[in-house]
Amino acid sequence: MMLILLVLACAFVGIPLLGLWGYGRPGGWIFVAVNGLTLLAILALAGQVAMTGGFTAGHEQFVVDDFSMLLVLVDGVVGFSTALFSRGYMVREAAHWQLSRGRMRLYHVMFQTFLFTMLLALLTNSMGILWVAMEGATLATVLLVSLFRTAEGLEAAWKYFILCGVGLAMALFGTILLYFAAQRILGSGSQALLWTHLDGVRGQLQPHVMAIAFVFVLVGYGTKVGLAPLHNWLPDAHASGPSSVSAVLSGLLLNVALYAVLRTKVLVDGAVGPDFAAHLLMGFGLLSLLVAAFSMLRQRDVKRLFAYSSVEHMGLATFAFGVGGSVASFAGILHMLSHSLTKSAVFFSVGQAVQTAGSREIQRIHGLLEHSPVLGWAMMLAILAILGMPPSGLFLSEFLIITSTMHAQAWATPLLLLGLGVAFAAIFPRLQGMVFGRSPWTHGGPAPVAMLPVFVQLALVGLLGVFIPVVLVQWMQHAAAFLS
Amino acid sequence: MLVSAHIAVWGTSLLKLLAAMLLLIGFAMLAQRRLLTLIHLLAWQGFVLALGTALVALLTGQTELWYSAALSLGLKALLIPAVLHRLLRRLKVRGDVEAVINIPTTLLLGIVLVIFAFSLAAPISALTGTITRGMVGIALAAVLLSFLMMITRRKAISQVVGFLAMDNGLFFAATSATLGMPMIVELGVALDALIGFVILGIFFFQMRETFDSMDLSHLERIREE
Repeated sequence: MMLILLVLACAFVGIPLLGLWGYGRPGGWIFVAVNGLTLLAILALAGQVAMTGGFTAGHEQFVVDDFSMLLVLVDGVVGFSTALFSRGYMVREAAHWQLSRGRMRLYHVMFQTFLFTMLLALLTNSMGILWVAMEGATLATVLLVSLFRTAEGLEAAWKYFILCGVGLAMALFGTILLYFAAQRILGSGSQALLWTHLDGVRGQLQPHVMAIAFVFVLVGYGTKVGLAPLHNWLPDAHASGPSSVSAVLSGLLLNVALYAVLRTKVLVDGAVGPDFAAHLLMGFGLLSLLVAAFSMLRQRDVKRLFAYSSVEHMGLATFAFGVGGSVASFAGILHMLSHSLTKSAVFFSVGQAVQTAGSREIQRIHGLLEHSPVLGWAMMLAILAILGMPPSGLFLSEFLIITSTMHAQAWATPLLLLGLGVAFAAIFPRLQGMVFGRSPWTHGGPAPVAMLPVFVQLALVGLLGVFIPVVLVQWMQHAAAFLS
Repeated sequence: MLVSAHIAVWGTSLLKLLAAMLLLIGFAMLAQRRLLTLIHLLAWQGFVLALGTALVALLTGQTELWYSAALSLGLKALLIPAVLHRLLRRLKVRGDVEAVINIPTTLLLGIVLVIFAFSLAAPISALTGTITRGMVGIALAAVLLSFLMMITRRKAISQVVGFLAMDNGLFFAATSATLGMPMIVELGVALDALIGFVILGIFFFQMRETFDSMDLSHLERIREE
């Protein structure tokens, strides 16, 4: 039972440590060590959940179940490999932008705070604390987006702050309404916002109020998921910040925001019936998929391109949860996990490529394979995986989503295929331009060991596509059953 | 602690008056051109919010609401406006607020939003206790009005004022619909607001350094190609 608290404590202790020594060489290593320990604690927690199932801790204030365990696990893996990647990457960025010691310390503290709030959001049992953690995550990343203090970075950070601030205000209003509905049954006090209690009485919650609450929560957290038409902040924020930040924004933040929407969906389904939330999720999901796919065609900036690709994939996952049923929900969860692992790997290699080329413009990146085979291969494999090529886990999830859509919502199948096709057409030709051709650079590429996190994560994605470990399958099936 | 019926009647009408004032201040902010007056209005709104919360605490005997009222008074009526005021002077931002749409049109849009808020909140209001009936609509209207203000203003500071006014509206919603959120959540929300405010301060100075101005039109360079 103490393991949940141990995980949170590991992540939390990193904040003051990095506040004291978070610069220069030791800063990078402390960051790695803290996240390594957190990952170990998470693995221990996973071991316990595998043996005994989900449980609550700390007077029911914290909870872990099959669904949140999966996301916590990915959180730990991506957090650790981002810390590894960030160490070498940020040394070069700091030299390039002439970042002061104070600025590097700010980077590490804010980054660790962000990782802590992500874990808190996943492990808390209270819908109120979930909101507090999401808001904390926004605040922590605002200064990361504007880390380089360029005009572009400030613009992106301001947009991010205001748009997500408004979005989260909507989510808070939704949470207030949720509490309002719960109060009539569970009474006043913090237990009325505890998810496990709410889940027990979800059939009795006032349907009118719950429906309005869900709309506010969906619009609010949906802004953070990057659902169209509320996705405007996402490409700017991804493009302007360091690539390590883009990796966790896409890999962790979007997932956790979607998690918050899905938790609320379960309650609303109980109160209003399954169709209401399902239609909204399908609509928003499909719109995001299409808008993002067509926006990708116009992009010249490599980081903006993959930011839009995140919108596309989150839209697809949202759509899958809207379709519902055990297969589509299973595919949605698999899609969230695979996307998070793959997209952070993509941003790691894109970050290295941008450092090599000295520009984010796709046209100015070419010949990576000749320049540095390890970087070229990392980039090629990561991008092929994000395009859903087998044996990537994304291939399996997209296949399952399309087949279950054909059964349940046949009308949407052509739109889905159109979106995926356009996205493929937008990325694939550009991949060739970036990877093949003559390399104009003479300086050395990244050390092979620096690309290790990319290959490890891609191996995990491949594993998810070919052979999912039995424990994970069980967790995903349980989570899918409880979501639909 | 329950109060006599006599006071309860008076208290309920007083609460209605305060709620109306909250909404009126929201409209006054929409119409206001000067930044300094805008900040004063924000402080008044915080004060009305604190007073309203205290009154609800008195009428319903919820002790937790007293803390919430004290928090609102300290943070929203005094500290944040005072800091904003200092910031305004130190950054030497002057001149009028430039609105994107002209002010009469904004006010008309505001009226439409209020009607929308009331119709949306009608089913919720029907379920609330007698003391705070009808207040959810007002709170939602206040939130939407500040939302409108953020959209129609160009200066970074007036957007922040809109943001904080939205926060006030949300707090009022929490007080009127549910007699306050659980204490731990309310503390978390207040903590986030405070950190957010500090970060904004840092941000203003960064903007000042980079653009030499607080006008948001400098922040429109990223274009889709």
